[in-house]
Amino acid sequence: MDRVILKLENVTRQFGGVTALSGINYSIPEGIIQAIIGPNGAGKTTLFNCISGMLTLTSGKIFFNNSRIDELPAHQIATLGVSRTFQHVALFKNMTVLENVMIGRHTKSKSGFLSCGLRSPFMKREEKEIKERARHFLDYVGLIGEEKVMAGSLPLGKQKILEIARALATEPKLLLLDEPAGGLNTTETEQLGDLIEKIRELGITVLLVEHDMNLVMERSDRVLVLNHGTVLASGTPKDVKNNEKVVEVYLGSMEF
Amino acid sequence: MKGKSNFVLLIFAIAIAIFPVVVGSVQSISHYVDVMVFAGIFALVSMGLSLLMGYAGQISLAQAAFMGIGAYASGILTTHFGWPSSVALVCGMILTGAVAYVIGVPSLKLKGHYLAMATLGFGMIVHIVFNEEVNLTGGPSGLVGIETLGLGNLRLESLYAWYYFVWACVVVFLIFCLNLVKSRIGRAFLAIHADERAAEAMGVSVSAYKVKVFVLSAMMASLAGSLYAHYVEFINPSSFNLMWSIRFVLMVMVGGLQSLWGAVFGTIFLTFLSNEWLQVFSEFEMLIYGVILLIIALFIPRGLVPAIVETIRRRKFAAKS
Ligand SMILES: Nc1ncnc2c1ncn2[C@@H]1O[C@H](COP(=O)(O)OP(=O)(O)OP(=O)(O)O)[C@@H](O)[C@H]1O
Ligand SMILES: [Mg+2]
Repeated sequence: MDRVILKLENVTRQFGGVTALSGINYSIPEGIIQAIIGPNGAGKTTLFNCISGMLTLTSGKIFFNNSRIDELPAHQIATLGVSRTFQHVALFKNMTVLENVMIGRHTKSKSGFLSCGLRSPFMKREEKEIKERARHFLDYVGLIGEEKVMAGSLPLGKQKILEIARALATEPKLLLLDEPAGGLNTTETEQLGDLIEKIRELGITVLLVEHDMNLVMERSDRVLVLNHGTVLASGTPKDVKNNEKVVEVYLGSMEF
Repeated sequence: MKGKSNFVLLIFAIAIAIFPVVVGSVQSISHYVDVMVFAGIFALVSMGLSLLMGYAGQISLAQAAFMGIGAYASGILTTHFGWPSSVALVCGMILTGAVAYVIGVPSLKLKGHYLAMATLGFGMIVHIVFNEEVNLTGGPSGLVGIETLGLGNLRLESLYAWYYFVWACVVVFLIFCLNLVKSRIGRAFLAIHADERAAEAMGVSVSAYKVKVFVLSAMMASLAGSLYAHYVEFINPSSFNLMWSIRFVLMVMVGGLQSLWGAVFGTIFLTFLSNEWLQVFSEFEMLIYGVILLIIALFIPRGLVPAIVETIRRRKFAAKS
């Protein structure tokens, strides 16, 4: 039996009268690319927000590596090893590409106010290490050479990749990607697919919310289909593709 | 890059050091030294406010109140209780920090206008306390007989001693803050400013950092307040009212919100403007501030110092190519 990295137990989230997630039960084994698909408004982003601690649950529990995380603040969940990107790019536009990734090293460094204000030897050493590691991750995603560019002035495709580099810099065990291919052209999407597989090779479990069915079917190991906040189906890409219910509510309208 | 910023600091320190010598030799402007003491005291407030507003993106209209708490702590503890001024100053900073913490935890959950309103409300309450606690504060007529700052036998007796002491404090805090903004903590501030959710997702404890920078800025204001009390040897509530909080915001905005150098130069500029060059127009002071703010907002939103630096950089670039 594979080790479970993330377990959703009866996860429910309501917004006023709207039930965005309704009693989701699902376990994700470590080390796979788990796609999450479903029509607009199915609750995919809401699920990511719940896992990453940006939203509290109405009821239910979420376990990460067997310990409960749904009551922790978001920054603590990030510290435990859950990182994410956003459906609508959420870079720090007032900072350079390199600085954006350096923020990703926040949880891996610990110089305090005094140490930073006085530039203690410890802080200087740490700062050097932060920079080196940040460069490493920029290199990893292929953005080296753009370090000094302001993040906001990168083209959208590169912004999406930069968000992944920033998330990787936290050295997560679980990475949540919310529509990383949104707005990318086919070549960029192809490269993104390669990158996601490369990330899995690092041993990082990837949760991939995506509307691009080619990307999902070719790259993921497992697919979870949500509809109106409930699990419609789950299984291998092949299972899901041939599932009648899924074709009816979602895939029927698509070509791939 | 690092060498360059050290060079700028060195030039600045030298300029500060020779300023009284130059100005003091010219009779008609020799009182500029006194104006600069005030500018230095205010710069401590505006540098803290620059960290809070320019870097972390949180507004505060309570800085004058924090300054006032420091000033009154020093004034009351030294005059009524006979404490040594240095001990009173440190206690004032700790007290102000504690007050800022208590105020900051709930109010920093608010955003934009609401945060401005909350800090404004707090500032007004503090102002009322200064006015009403007559037994301790002397009420509206103020607290008199505060002695100069001293540590053991060392006392700041002359204007020049004050000038060098205050500006040494400014330089020390300027270096501290410049280091801070170029560290993981400064980056966390900027991240919070840009996108709180993304900052949280990167493991930055947004609420904790907001409170910490708020407390730091309040403690710097408190230090400034204590220096003010000991320098002027008299304080009254009107030195710490809303108008002053707005002045501090303006000082930071004129120089450049996201620039510590901007905060220092904006403060010097506005202090001279209100103490010297505009005294004849004192009734219109607010009107003139309004006009300045409008001009800055419309034409140089990043503030004077970043705009000037950018222009020089471009000139150099053009000259090279
Ligand atoms: N903050 C919120 N307040 C109120 N309702 C919300 C909020 N966030 C999401 N919802 C509602 O919850 C439901 C699920 O939204 P969610 O954004 O999770 O969908 P999604 O699967 O990510 O859709 P898409 O594919 O369009 O991104 C929708 O009905 C949405 O309107
Ligand atoms: Mg979504």
